[in-house]
Amino acid sequence: MDTVIQVLSWVCIVSGSFFAIVGAVGILRFPDFWSRLHAASISDSAGVILLLVGMALQAGLTLVSVKLGLILLFLFITGPTSTHAVANAALVSGLKPRRSSVDANDPKTPEDDKAGSR
Amino acid sequence: MFALAAIALFIAMILVLIRLFAGPSLYDRVLALNSFGTHTVLFIGVLGFLNGRPDFLDIALLYALINFVGTIAILKFFRYRAIGDIPRKALEDEG
Repeated sequence: MDTVIQVLSWVCIVSGSFFAIVGAVGILRFPDFWSRLHAASISDSAGVILLLVGMALQAGLTLVSVKLGLILLFLFITGPTSTHAVANAALVSGLKPRRSSVDANDPKTPEDDKAGSR
Repeated sequence: MFALAAIALFIAMILVLIRLFAGPSLYDRVLALNSFGTHTVLFIGVLGFLNGRPDFLDIALLYALINFVGTIAILKFFRYRAIGDIPRKALEDEG
C-alpha cells in the first residue's frame, strides 16, 4: 500500500511540474495578452493541484496535509479572481482581443500586441 | 523527485520572468507577476519538503495571499492612479 502511495505521489509531482513548465512556456510564447491568460491558468490550475496533491500524498494524514489543503483552497479562491481582475482591467483600459469578438464591427481591430498598451 | 520538481519550477519561474520583462503591455506584466507568485508558492512548498521543514508551508500560504493582494493593488493603482482614497469623480464616471 505504501509503494502505491509513493508511486502515486511521484506521478502527481512529476506531472504537476510538467504542467507548471507548460504554463510558463505558454505565457512566454502565446501571441497576445488574451491567449496568455489561458496559458497562465494552466499552470495555476493543473500545476498547483497536482503538485499540492502529490506533496499531500507524500506527507500522509498529518498537519502538513491540512496546510497543503489550505494552500489549495486559497489558491482556488484567489487564482480565478486575480485572473478575472487582470482581464477586466485590461479590457476596460482598451486592450481588445485580436479578432474583436467584443464588438465585431470595430474597424481598428488591433493586431496582436499592438493593442492600446499603456 | 522533489529536486526534479524544484528544478522544473525554477525553469518555469525563469520563463515567466522573461515574459515579465518583455511583456509589451502592463497587463502582460501583471499576469506574469501573478503567475510568478503562484510558482513561488509551489517552490517554497517543494523546498520545505526537500529540506524536511514542514513550517515552510506557512510561508507558502502567506505568500499565496499576499501575491493576490499585490496583484489587485497594482491593478487598482493603474486604474485610479490612487490606492487609498479614490476621488469621488473617478468612481462616478466609472459607472
